[in-house]
Formats: sequence, structure tokens, C-alpha cells
Amino acid sequence: MKQDIAKLLQKKKKQLLENWMTNQLADSALREDLMSNEELRGQSEEFVESLLNTINGSNIAEPSSSDFDPVLEILAGISMSRARQGFSPRETGYYIFSLKDALLQILQDEIKDPVQLFESSMQVTRLVDSFSTVTFETFIKGREDVILRQTDEIAEISTPVIRVWDGIVALPIIGTLDSARTQVVMENLLEQIVQTGSSIAILDISGVPAVDSLVAQHLIKTVSATRLMGAECIISGIRPEIAQTVVHLGIDLSNIVTKASLASALRYAFSMLQLEVKKKTKVITQ
Amino acid sequence: MDRIPILKMGRFLLVTIQVDLYDRLATNLEADLVQAVSTTGARGVLIDISALTIVDSFMGRIIGNIGSMAKIMDAETVVVGIQPAVAITLIELGLELKGVHTALNVERGMQLLQEKIGPEDETTDDDSSTE
Repeated sequence: MKQDIAKLLQKKKKQLLENWMTNQLADSALREDLMSNEELRGQSEEFVESLLNTINGSNIAEPSSSDFDPVLEILAGISMSRARQGFSPRETGYYIFSLKDALLQILQDEIKDPVQLFESSMQVTRLVDSFSTVTFETFIKGREDVILRQTDEIAEISTPVIRVWDGIVALPIIGTLDSARTQVVMENLLEQIVQTGSSIAILDISGVPAVDSLVAQHLIKTVSATRLMGAECIISGIRPEIAQTVVHLGIDLSNIVTKASLASALRYAFSMLQLEVKKKTKVITQ
Repeated sequence: MDRIPILKMGRFLLVTIQVDLYDRLATNLEADLVQAVSTTGARGVLIDISALTIVDSFMGRIIGNIGSMAKIMDAETVVVGIQPAVAITLIELGLELKGVHTALNVERGMQLLQEKIGPEDETTDDDSSTE
């Protein structure tokens, strides 16, 4: 007579969970700093519950059956949250592989017939393997989400528009300028010009590692757009190497005001606004 | 027949575009404005396009044309209130509006015109403003 593994496992639910927890806690890579034991137990319990509710004699042999969708959903949620919390792939992998150990342990204890033991072990192995595939898929997806979010943040952080004086805004550009970033830089700059009512914008490129013809093209576009808004644009922070490459590439920047440093750009801006910076002279009374 | 009003303010002409320009309206504006510059003897033209949210190459060219036409009739043109999105679009279209001056808002535009044209000549009009 063929024993029903699903029934058997459901009966042994408590022991299964205990085995799994013991396996997980025994692992040297347990990350108590990222997740408490109670939380881990709760997560595992939820998963075992849903798994045992789903499996029956017929679907245990077909890991791709749609019966497992809710189980996979829980698993995906777990591995996604682990990816965000900063678990390593090995730690996440061990979570699901230790379940296989726990399952096999029970089968070994309960099934005496070697042929049947082998058969059911294979079934369980296949099932858990399909779970681990899903785990990794979602784990990597979670990581990718994190990377994507960080990319967005970097793009946002790297284009701060600073109001340096009444009517003067400065935009330090750090990192390579590509088309997508130019778009963000341009939009931010123009938006700020409107908001602050500035008439001079300083574009500081000392943080741009290299200027090629494409980057120069982007700069020229930004300057032209600022002019259309009715503001003057000064490019500052031209390093000697940049000056060399610009001239070697034959890029014409002659109709753009360029300055070597932010300080000289600011001085030029002051003179355009007819402002003067003076050293305070102490009046000595005797 | 739709027309965009052209207002005379001292030595300047003021045009505020409050509706989306379609091609016919734009060509009419071009013709009317040149006519107005000629009849009033205006020295400056101020065009406010702050309400304009959509611009295409035709509009860009019309605005550029107005600037060049006014220039040869001895009037300066200032376009004010270009929206950031419109500015980016114009640059992407390769239109830098070379012949016209630009300013952030009407106030700045008026200031700019006054600077460009300089103090009022006694001979031009029967204007009674004296210092």
C-alpha cells in the first residue's frame, strides 16, 4: 500500500516546524541582527501552514501546479523582504534548503520501505527545488528594485540647485553628464530660475570627470535653454585637462561665458548685477 | 476672425498671448505686429508667452521672424515668460531665438527694453514726460 506523504506531513506538522527551526537556528549564518528569532519563527510557521494546507496526494508530484500559487506568493514576499533587509543570497538560500532537510528527516523517520522512501524523497526534493528557484528569482528582483531606487536617488541628489545670492543660482554637476541626466539637470535648473526669479545661473563642472563632444553638446543646450528663460548662464570649473580636450575636439565655447573657478564666476556675476564686495575697514578713532 | 490684441504702452508694444497659438493666429500676429510697429513707430516689442505651454517649430520660427522683422524696423524684441518645458522644447528643436532678447517676466522685460533703447529722445513724440 502506498502511503500518502501529504497526509503524513500534515500529521507531523508540529515536528516539521520544530525540525526546520532547529536547522535554521543551528546555522552559523543566522542573522539575529537583521531578524529576531520570534519573527523568523512566525515567518516559518506561516509558510509551513500554507504549504501543508496546499499539498495533497496528487499535486505533490507537480511542483508547477497552480495549486502552489499562494505558497509561492508567501515565499516571494519573504525573499523580497530579505533582499531589502540586506540578507546575503546564501542566507536566503539556506532558509529554504533547511526546509528540505527537515522534510526529508520526517520521511526518513516515518517511511520504512526503501523504494517508497526514495520515491517520496525525490518528490519532496523536486518540490523544494522549485520553491528555491522562486526564492532566488524574487530575491534578485528585490535586489534589483533596491538598485533601481538607488539610481533614482543618485540622480536626484546629484542635481541640487543652490541659491548663492539674490538672483544668482549655482548648480554643481558631479559625475558624468549623459542625455538623461542633462534632461534632469536642465529641468531642475530652469524650474529653479523661475521659482527664485534669478537672472544668472552658474554651472560648475569641476566634478565632471571628462568632457567629450557629447557632454559639451549637452552643456551648450543647457546654456541656450537658460538664455531662452531670460537668464545668463556661466560655466565654471573648467580644469586644464578639460580646456585641453575641448580645444582638441574643436568644440566652440566662445559664445558662452566660461570661468576657471566658481569664485571667479561669482565675481563676474556680481559685476553683472552691479554688486560689489568690499572689505570692511575698521575706523580707528583716536 | 481671431486676433491677438497688440497694446501700445509708451514707446513699446505689448503682446500677451493667452491662448494656444495655432498657425493661422501666429501668421496673423506676425503681420499685425509689423504693421503696428510701422504705424506707431514703436521702439520695442514685448511678447509675453507665459501662458503658452505647447510650442512647435513653426511657432518658434514665427517668434524668431518677428524679432528679425522688428529689428530691421529699428525695434528691439523681448520675449518673456518662457516656461521651462517650452525652453527645453525649443532647444531640442534647434531654435535658439537668436534675434530676440529674453527675460524672465514682464517686469524684467520692460527693464531690459528700457536699457536697450536708452533714454527717451525729445524729438520722437509729443510725450510730456520731462526729468
